Amino acid sequence: MDSKNSSEPQLKWIGVIGVGSFGTAIANMLAEKNPVMVYARKEEVVQEINTNHTAQGKKMNPQIIGTHNPEEICKACDILFMMISSSGFQDVAKTFAPYLHPYHLVIHGTKGLCLNLGKGETLDSVQKIQRSQILTMSEVIMQETVVVRVGCLAGPNLSKELIKGQPAATVIASKYNEVILEGQSLLRSEKFQVYGNSDIIGVELSGVLKNIIAIASGALAGLELGENAKGLLISRGMVEMVHLSNALGGSVKSVIGLAGIGDLVTTCNSVDSRNFTVGFRLAKGETLDQILADMEEVAEGINTIRVIKAFLETADLRAPITEYLYRVLFEEFDIKEALQFLMKYPFNVDIDFV
Amino acid sequence: MEEKYLKHKYDPIIPSKNEWPVVKLARERKEFVKKVSDLAEERILNLTDKNPDILKEELETTLYREKLRIKQNPWVVDPDDEGSFWGEVKDSLLQISTAAGNTKKKKLEGYQSILNKITSRYAEEIASNFKHTHYKFTRSVVTYGFSRLLNAARVKGFKSIFSNQYTLQDKIQITGETDQLRDLATKGTVVMVPTHFSNLDSILIGWIISVLGLPPFIYGAGLNLFNISIFAYFMNSLGAYKVDRRKKNLVYLETLKTYSKEAIQFGCHSLFFPGGTRSRSGMIESKLKLGLLSTAIEAQRANFQNGLDDISGKIFIVPVTINYHFVLEAPSLIRDHLSITGQERYYKENDEFSNSYKISKFLLKFFTKGSDISVSVGKAMDVLGNYVDENGDSLDKKGRKIHTRDYFLSEGKITVDNQREEEYTNMLGKRIVEEFHKINRVFSSHLVAFTAFEMIKSSNRKLDLFDLIRLPEEDISIPYEAFKTNCMRVLDRINVLTANGKINMAPHLHNDMDTIIKHGLDNVGMYHAKRPLIMDSKGDIVTEDMSLLYFYHNRLTGYGLEKLF
Repeated sequence: MDSKNSSEPQLKWIGVIGVGSFGTAIANMLAEKNPVMVYARKEEVVQEINTNHTAQGKKMNPQIIGTHNPEEICKACDILFMMISSSGFQDVAKTFAPYLHPYHLVIHGTKGLCLNLGKGETLDSVQKIQRSQILTMSEVIMQETVVVRVGCLAGPNLSKELIKGQPAATVIASKYNEVILEGQSLLRSEKFQVYGNSDIIGVELSGVLKNIIAIASGALAGLELGENAKGLLISRGMVEMVHLSNALGGSVKSVIGLAGIGDLVTTCNSVDSRNFTVGFRLAKGETLDQILADMEEVAEGINTIRVIKAFLETADLRAPITEYLYRVLFEEFDIKEALQFLMKYPFNVDIDFV
Repeated sequence: MEEKYLKHKYDPIIPSKNEWPVVKLARERKEFVKKVSDLAEERILNLTDKNPDILKEELETTLYREKLRIKQNPWVVDPDDEGSFWGEVKDSLLQISTAAGNTKKKKLEGYQSILNKITSRYAEEIASNFKHTHYKFTRSVVTYGFSRLLNAARVKGFKSIFSNQYTLQDKIQITGETDQLRDLATKGTVVMVPTHFSNLDSILIGWIISVLGLPPFIYGAGLNLFNISIFAYFMNSLGAYKVDRRKKNLVYLETLKTYSKEAIQFGCHSLFFPGGTRSRSGMIESKLKLGLLSTAIEAQRANFQNGLDDISGKIFIVPVTINYHFVLEAPSLIRDHLSITGQERYYKENDEFSNSYKISKFLLKFFTKGSDISVSVGKAMDVLGNYVDENGDSLDKKGRKIHTRDYFLSEGKITVDNQREEEYTNMLGKRIVEEFHKINRVFSSHLVAFTAFEMIKSSNRKLDLFDLIRLPEEDISIPYEAFKTNCMRVLDRINVLTANGKINMAPHLHNDMDTIIKHGLDNVGMYHAKRPLIMDSKGDIVTEDMSLLYFYHNRLTGYGLEKLF
């Protein structure tokens, strides 16, 4: 049996895959209660963690051990937190698949989407996609590995504030109560509240879709349009999120929860948010290429806009904010003009989903 | 292109009937029923937190519903003492609640003894009455009788009664993973899950199990079938236990589930119709009733808990599809379906199989005129829907060996987590539906019905389904050439799907299109008074009954073929 020997003294190792800013913050939080092992692909990063106790300059709890061996971390830990960007998610899942077993619990914190296309197909070549061709991260895990007890972590969790130990809360979503309870007991502390939600798709989508609105919010700030405009955007953005989430299989409830509205408000007001920054710099006249050239970590919102735009081609649905942002980002449409269009857009009903 | 069908008879995998799990179970029937009733009692006690007030409420609900059922919906099979039994339950309940000075513990004991009375009664009622002599007799009647009939009909002349030229297996083709099924049935426990379109399915599957040399399976058959004496005899002899769909109370459902779980753990191969009831719409089941399915998962977990980690404790799920050109009950099934989806209203079950005369008439037609049936046996899976290899080991999508036991572990130990197992049941249900679609076998009749209905639909785009079905039949006519072209398009797409392993095709679909269409028209719903699809004197395609056409068309929904129109 591959299952671990339970007669050993109970030291529950927790694994964290990926040491970006969010991954590092979560690893540090987990390390307060349990021994933690982190996985990084690059050997030099692992060395940095094990000798300097920093990950790409960010402080790490000295108890945390680094490894670049997927087998080692899968053997040592029954519970794994996957904290990597959506662009690398499928590859990492494939790398880990041979070492994962049905007894593993995997919780991810990635707010992006992947595509499920045929061989040789790309988003550019297909243009239109259906729901079955879009994968949330939990769906990637289920597709690539044998793990079924999957959860996701979403909510207003800016890494900078978490690292400072400022109060915050998050949502753990999973179809399995077991996963929610486990996540809560591992992460909950005086400064960190953890809510549970069984609508994992809805929670994942909330985290994903709010990035679109965050880019728009950054643009409003860049254009210096004031707080009324932001209020307008957040409320219209939420309506758009509700409709998109519904079309993709999430429930309305999750969007108006912590992972939806909660995260939306935080991200739309935060200069620390990468997505917000993208919008801000766009409004200041930079092009997408210029912005991408000097960003350290990915702004998930950009890819999300592309995916959702392609999805809108097959869905019977309008999502004006997403559509205009797409034109601004990829079709050199003028951002001020886009704003004009949005202001004239006939949203004549305030709320049409409850 | 004739495909080789399985035609020889397999040797029994367990020659001695005394070794058959179902015979062993019958021998220990009394102890087994007691065990089921005690375990069910325990489950309900746990569900009610051993709180006398909650338990009392549950018992009162059960009593109320049973009284209502006896009054409003009595059946022939119901025992005579039902009234008096529930009367006693009522009295005892009253006694406990009115007795003054009863402590909480005393009350609980009182309610518990009532509960035990009920679960014992239910367990006794559910338990099968397998008798080997009956089984042998039934099997030989089915096989011998049918093949006599068949030969009399096909090979002309009086002497043909004794000819052996045709056997039942010429009419009913068995394809798919039969060897794997036989093999795994000797090593572990098999749970077979077939699609369900007709009341004939139970007998058909029973016969197939015996042809494959497998010992009899136990299965839950609707109690309504026991109303008809000829069916009751068949069912009992095939190892059926009784499922009463009128009883929806917690106590009954828990007893039923316990029975199924314990029987699987006992090593009895089981059969569930996971759709719960016959498919009303003619579609392959897409939503399964998960109650009984969950017992397979529970039994698997319990086996692991008891340390049965090797193949002897493993449970294999084997999906099976039964493919017909003709479903006797189609007219009433589709009527039910339309009235349910059209407007929510109460409907009564209406069986064409309501008397033995009708059944015999159908069987005679079936054997003399010929209407092929094929049964496809799917690949075996573990209770989580992973395929298994020849050793019964589960494999992941990449073919790596995995342990089913690991699904039930938390922190290295097997744990009981009902919510988790509920999710696993959902997953298994989805996997079974997926497999159904893959092993489903397309017949010419499905092809023509699908194409014709979609053509009619696309030329009346403004109509919704109900208006479409109410179209006057005499107004509908499809020119043959256009029909043929569209059949070609659908068939091409089916060929692609087949190549990708998404569906199966009967060999007769490899003929040229004119032959296929003729074959399809000849066979689609062939014994209905009003035929779903025929060719008129001008050579055009017309229908006599739109709802029937819709029913037979539905067999090919769920593959995205509608997009061709």
